[in-house]
Amino acid sequence: MSAAAEIHPAVGARLVYKQFPPITRHTLALYCGASGDHNPMHVDLDFARAAGFPDVFAHGMLVMAYLGQALTDAVPPAAIRAFSVRFAAITGLGAELTCEGHVAELIAGKDERRARLALTTTDQNGEVKLAGDAIIVL
Amino acid sequence: MVDQSAVGRQFPPVVAQVEPGRLRYFCNTLGESNPVYRDAGAAQAAGYAALPVPPTYLFCLEMMDAPDPFAFLTALDIDLARVLHGEQRFTYHAPVVVGDTLTFKPRITGVTDKKGGAMTLIVVEAEVTNQHGVHVADTARTIVVRNVVTS
Repeated sequence: MSAAAEIHPAVGARLVYKQFPPITRHTLALYCGASGDHNPMHVDLDFARAAGFPDVFAHGMLVMAYLGQALTDAVPPAAIRAFSVRFAAITGLGAELTCEGHVAELIAGKDERRARLALTTTDQNGEVKLAGDAIIVL
Repeated sequence: MVDQSAVGRQFPPVVAQVEPGRLRYFCNTLGESNPVYRDAGAAQAAGYAALPVPPTYLFCLEMMDAPDPFAFLTALDIDLARVLHGEQRFTYHAPVVVGDTLTFKPRITGVTDKKGGAMTLIVVEAEVTNQHGVHVADTARTIVVRNVVTS
């Protein structure tokens, strides 16, 4: 795997880009087990309706996991210092997610050069589901 | 309703095991094919002692090995059906790899009312250390509680 030191991005450069297949009920059931998040909101239609939602919807952390996957396709995991998101909208069944990250800022540290990436996850209609940041070592 | 008096409240530590089978299931669920998470040789070539975990997996480890992952909601008298995830942050200090035993120490660091009390934002931060006492990460989750508004 390439060393993080080989990355020399410019501000504005797109470093992260990945598209994911539509989210299915099966995905949500598997993620319920894989993540330990057994909140019935994401797998039990009756529970979701009783809570006032029209259907089950994706775990926020499933959507963040996809964004993390897109991130570490582009940046070695060891180069990530911080990763944060705001969950901007609920991600429903059938959502086809696109994850992107652009270099927002170059940060001159005393020990290492860092960059802040501005990250987004949007669906097929362009609605922003997650907006966040990663701090990476260059 | 949760108020400022909850800030500073601590919850029992959660001890979590980074197990290879569970990590593989997580990767399969997400279609994660990056060899660094799957192949011991690729992980070693990248400088890891064993397979590292993906960036959000710490959240899963804490939930999987907590005796009751929603205990903090019960303790605060919050209905799970009224909770949404608002924000999530991870800060990484050292690698987490298969075979590690992690200890999460969660505590409430913020309570904020929004929209005239219609929503309450609660921030739960956790310090994460490994079996060698190394501080490997910090996590912070903001949960949004949709309060029952009585007229």
